[in-house]
Order: sequence, then C-alpha cells, then structure tokens
Amino acid sequence: MLKIIRERLRQGYRTSDFPKVEPLLPERFRGLPLLDGEKCPADCRECESACPFGALHRVGGRITVDLGRCLFCADCPACPHGGLTFSNDYRLAVRQRNDLLYSGPELARAEKLEQKLLSLFGRSLKLRQVSAGGCGACEADVNVLSTLVFDLGRFGIQMVASPRHADGLLVTGPVTENMHSALLATYAAVPEPKIVIATGACAIAGGPFAGSPEVHNGLEGILPVDLYIPGCPPHPYTILDGLLRLLDKR
Amino acid sequence: MSGLPVIKNGGALPLAHIPRLTPAEFAAFCKVRLTEGARLVACLAVPEGEGDAPLTLYAVLADDQAGDLLVIAQEPQREFESLTPRIPQFHLFEREIGEQYGVNFIGHPWYKPLRFHAPWPGGRDAWGRDPKRHPQIGEMTYFTVEGAEVHEVAVGPVHAGVIEPGHFRFQCYGEKVLHLEISLGYQHRGITRLIEGGPWPQTPMQIETMAGDTSIGHMSAYSMVLEGLGKVEISPRAAALRAIALELERLANHVGDFGALAGDVGFLPTSSYCGRLRGDYLNMTGLLCGSRFGRGLVRPGGMGFDLDPAMAAKMLAALGPVARDTRGALELFFNTPSVLARLEGTGKVSARDAFYLGLVGVAGRACGLDGDVRRYHRGAIYAPDEIPVMIEEGGDVLARALVRQQEVEHSLEFLHQRLTTIAAGELLVAPPPPAPDSLAVAMVEGWRGPVTHVAVTNQVGRFRRYQVVDPSFFNWSGLALALRDEQISDFPLCNKSFNLSYCGFDL
Repeated sequence: MLKIIRERLRQGYRTSDFPKVEPLLPERFRGLPLLDGEKCPADCRECESACPFGALHRVGGRITVDLGRCLFCADCPACPHGGLTFSNDYRLAVRQRNDLLYSGPELARAEKLEQKLLSLFGRSLKLRQVSAGGCGACEADVNVLSTLVFDLGRFGIQMVASPRHADGLLVTGPVTENMHSALLATYAAVPEPKIVIATGACAIAGGPFAGSPEVHNGLEGILPVDLYIPGCPPHPYTILDGLLRLLDKR
Repeated sequence: MSGLPVIKNGGALPLAHIPRLTPAEFAAFCKVRLTEGARLVACLAVPEGEGDAPLTLYAVLADDQAGDLLVIAQEPQREFESLTPRIPQFHLFEREIGEQYGVNFIGHPWYKPLRFHAPWPGGRDAWGRDPKRHPQIGEMTYFTVEGAEVHEVAVGPVHAGVIEPGHFRFQCYGEKVLHLEISLGYQHRGITRLIEGGPWPQTPMQIETMAGDTSIGHMSAYSMVLEGLGKVEISPRAAALRAIALELERLANHVGDFGALAGDVGFLPTSSYCGRLRGDYLNMTGLLCGSRFGRGLVRPGGMGFDLDPAMAAKMLAALGPVARDTRGALELFFNTPSVLARLEGTGKVSARDAFYLGLVGVAGRACGLDGDVRRYHRGAIYAPDEIPVMIEEGGDVLARALVRQQEVEHSLEFLHQRLTTIAAGELLVAPPPPAPDSLAVAMVEGWRGPVTHVAVTNQVGRFRRYQVVDPSFFNWSGLALALRDEQISDFPLCNKSFNLSYCGFDL
C-alpha cells in the first residue's frame, strides 16, 4: 500500500490544462495546410495529378485541398513549387462535408450543435465507437482521450459499450463491405435523436483505401454525418477540439 | 536437394533459381526442415496465367540458427493435397490461398474462409459459393459442442470498447470454455490486391495503415523488400534511425499493454500510469516525424526524417523521466500479489501447441520458443547489436507479461545507447527499380512479433504478388487455444495478453 502511494506521488499530476492552455505539438506535426497561390505558375495543374489520393484541385486559380481526402503525408508530392506546406494548426474539425474543401486562409471550423440537440447532449454526450475497417490508429487516438492526460470525462463525454446507451456513433474506417451491415445495425440500435461523427480520412472518404472494391469510401451515402474530423489519424487534440466545439465548449 | 538457394533477411533471388519440387518432394522437404526447428514464415500462390490458371506454391522457411531463409516452390497445379494434417503451421496459409484462388486443399481438417472476400480472378469458389457475389461475412459452419447443458456465447463483430471488430464463438459448459472459434475478416480492405501491379504512389500509405499500431514495422519490411529488389543497402545512419523508430513503437505498445492488463485485473495505478506513458512514447515518435504512429518516417532506401544532435538530446532528456516512470509502474504491477494471482496459470498455451501452430513474437517466446528476428535474422537494422534471448517458459498470461517486461527493459537501454551516438551516413538514397522476375523476403521484429513481407515481381519489375504475414496471422490460433478450459470471464485478460491485430490479419 505504501509503495503504491509512493509511486502515485512520483508519477505526479498529468492531466493537461486543455482547453484553457493550448497543447504544445511537435515542430514537425502536420496540421492545417498553408496554401500560397502566389507560387502557382499560371495554368499549372500538377497538384491535381500528383496527389495519389486526389485531394487537390485548382479552381479559379486557387488551390483547394480536400481535407477529407488529405492524409497529411510527410512527403506530400503535390506541389513542386512549394505552394503547399503544413502548419502546426491541429484544429481541423468541421460540420459540413463542403467545409473540408479548403482554399485558405480561414477554415469554417465546427459550429455547436443545434439548440435542441445541444440542450440534450451539451452536458452529457455518450458515444459508441464503431471501427468499420480502420487500421487501429484512429481507434488508438480515440482511446487515448479516456486516459488521465485528456480525461474526456471532465467534459461530460464518455465512450459507452452499448449503442442503446449512446447518443451517437463515432465511426472510424472506410466502411469495409464486411462491416457495412454491422455498422447499420449499430446505428439503428442508437435511440433518436442521434449524431454521427466521422473520425479520420477513412471514415470521411476512404482514406488510403479509397477505390478498393472491398470498401465503401467512407460514410458518404451510408449515414448522415454531424462532425468531420480529418487526419490520418487525427491527433487526439484534433478529435477533442472537434467534440468540444460541437458541445459549445470552445 | 543440394544446391538449394539460400537468402538472408531482406534478400531477393531470381524466380528461375527457386527449385520447383513435386508435391511429394515439397511435402517431404517441409516436414523434415520444419521438424528440425525451421519455421514456416510465408506460403503464397502465384497464378501462371489468367483466370483459372494453375498456381505455383512458394514456401519460405526460416532457419534461425544459420540465419538463413530457404525458398522452395511446387510445380503449378489447380488442386493440392493439404499439408496441414502433417504440418499444422500450414493451416491458415492453405485457407488463405483457397479463398484467394478458389482451389481446394484436399484433406484440410478445418477448411473455411478466412477473410470473406470473393475469389480473385477466376470462376470458382473453394466452398461452392457464387464467385461473382461478395460472400456474406461470417457465413460458414462453426465448430459446435453438443450436450444438454452446453451453451454457445457469440460476441462481436462490434465489441464493448473502442476496439476493432471480430467475431468470437465460445462453446461453454457452465462458465468453462470448451472451445473458442475466432472468425475475422471484418476489417478486410483488400490491401494486397491494391499493391499488385505496383509499387504505386499510394502504396507506402497503404502499407503504413495495414496495422496502424505497427506502421513502422510494416513500412520497414516493405522498404527492405524494395531495397532487396533494388540490391541496395541502407546507410548505418538510416539503419540506426529505423531501430530507434522500431523500439519506440515496441515501447509504446508494450507499455500500453501493461496498462490494459492492469485495467483488466482491476489494478488501477499501473493502468492509469501506463495509459499516460504510452502516449509519451508515441509523442517521441511524433517529435521525430510529426506523426505519433510514425507515418512518413520510414521510406524505401532510408528514412524520411533525420534526427539532429539537438533533437536527439531532447529525446534523451525526455526518455529519462519516462523510463523511470515506466519502471515504477511495472515494478508496482509485478510486486502486487493480487495482480500476480490473476496472471499466473491463466490462458496457458503449451510449448508443443505453440510449436505446431507456429506461434511467434511475444506469444511464442512466452511459450519458450526462442525466435526473434532481431537476434537471428538481423539485417541492416540490428547488425551492430547483440540482442539477448528474451523468453519465458510458462505459456500463460504471466509469461506473456514477463516477456514484455524483459523487452521493455531491453528497449529502454537500447534506445539510450542508440540516441547517444548515432552512426553517420546518408539519410535516404532511393533504391533503383525492382529487379524483374524475382522474389524478395523481408522480416522485421515488430512489437507483436515478426512482420513478414514477400514480393514476387513480373518481367518488368512490378509486383505480381505481394504477401503480408502479420504476427497476428499465426497468433490468433494461440488465443483460441489459450481459452480452452478457462473461465469465459478470463477472456478479456487472455485477449489483452496477446493483444493481436484484427486489421493486420484481415489486410
């Protein structure tokens, strides 16, 4: 017993002061893209074919990055002219699929839930997580939110075991053919009203597996989505930031 | 069978040099070598044409003592005699090939689909299902136990918890589990087929997300395949950085597993501390490459990110207190009798079963099987190091925890050493295009065990077949055996002690 107390004292207090204090992310962290249209030569469309995941388009002279398709690759080959780099900004969650089509400088970050849902879920949100073909990384970064560093419970958010106890689904993975019906069954088991959160590039648009005959390219056309959290995988603070915005806590 | 070609880990050889044996010779060779202590690391089929063309079987055997890999092939056929009754290590490989190409392995005692996908090109399905339609996941005959008081418990695919999907069927007599059957495939994304015809620009990202908790392990194996096919060696610097990345991945996951084990036996101090510490190791990888899971860190020909002296010093400084806290959390765990009482004797797998099923990595070493790619098939990554034997004999949850403890201790020292002096050399030299008509084998000791990639190239040096064998491929069978005669309530604890990958199996 004394040993446990001694070790407890040594380990110290580890819960972060987020959201009061912004997290310190590593220098090499790749967040919201920085787009510099000045560097684009006229009529250059190289980025459209260079991104292997089709995340870039040049519309009316401006680069548009689909943050739902972007994997924030370290060796992003998209722009040989240096028109696309990544900032350290981890706040990426949005409410509408269209808001992920980003051409800078401001991202339409997630708004709070509609008043009725906010009054229901604002102080207590229970989520059932469904991994629909994920690689385990999004799941790991969702799991970590329940550790004492992030302490999800202090925001009134909890991951629950049964969809019957849940207010919504947090979906990861591109929705494999083999998880399609289980995902729909889980969604059906959540009582109304309910929300759906698409976490990670896979759940939004298929991620690195988009186009595989074994996957559905994300939730589009399968379930209505209330919050999109981009990234491959999203940083835990990106997920937490999105959830807190949804609940009007940021 | 003299003159059998031998390659080292990460090596490649022309297909023409691989001896093509008759089925009888193939079976005899495997039986002898696998009984004498070699291990079956991979077995794959390559079609010799379109549609229902005959298949050439390739098998890769690892001889740990010599540090060699033996590659043999079997004459092309459309129907095979199953080797599983004589050599159980083949059981999943034969099911995998059967599902992919719609062929039969006559005499296989447990012939069922593995991942529930339609057969690859060809008009036949091994189980007579409509080959044009996607099969229904989980639709197969499960093993059942008959008896008045025997009942069946079905769990999944969606489990209670933030975890990947899989289906488990327990045959129970009261609380006692007589048999557990594990049916997977829910995460099947068809990755190896996406890679065929490549390497494509998307391939590295698909490799890194085969099993997201082993991004570095899988990407290192893929990189070694391309380096082997391009006949290049990475610099000592790139090798040192790969080792650092791999050991950070091992630490993060092992420490996380201690947290999960502690949570499952209700010992909250270690559970809480390890949950935090796991993140600290992931953040060190994040420091290195911006991604906590090492995305973009390893690249064919070297590494995507360098570690300058200032950053190495920063990591060393961070490692000190984290290592202290890790040792403190583990000491508490192993010094608490109520914890040990729950671990000892639970979920036991015998050394004999482990050997016959070919269990690998932590699960294999916990049964006394002395296999470790870092030690016996070092390649460039661990070339300068003498990795100790880290095994336990018990085969139970405790043994699996103790193997992890040894590895955590070793990795901490190893990291300290490697971060203090980092060898010099080029960070990245892109390898030349892959050699045509060749086969390459790469193994990396990931945190669960050996991650094996085998590539077969076509006449223009593109991937004709790409096989991935995650350690979970072998070890799920070990978990099923561990549950025999256990209480069903011990399933979570046994499961955590293996902590296997669903997506790494499903691919």
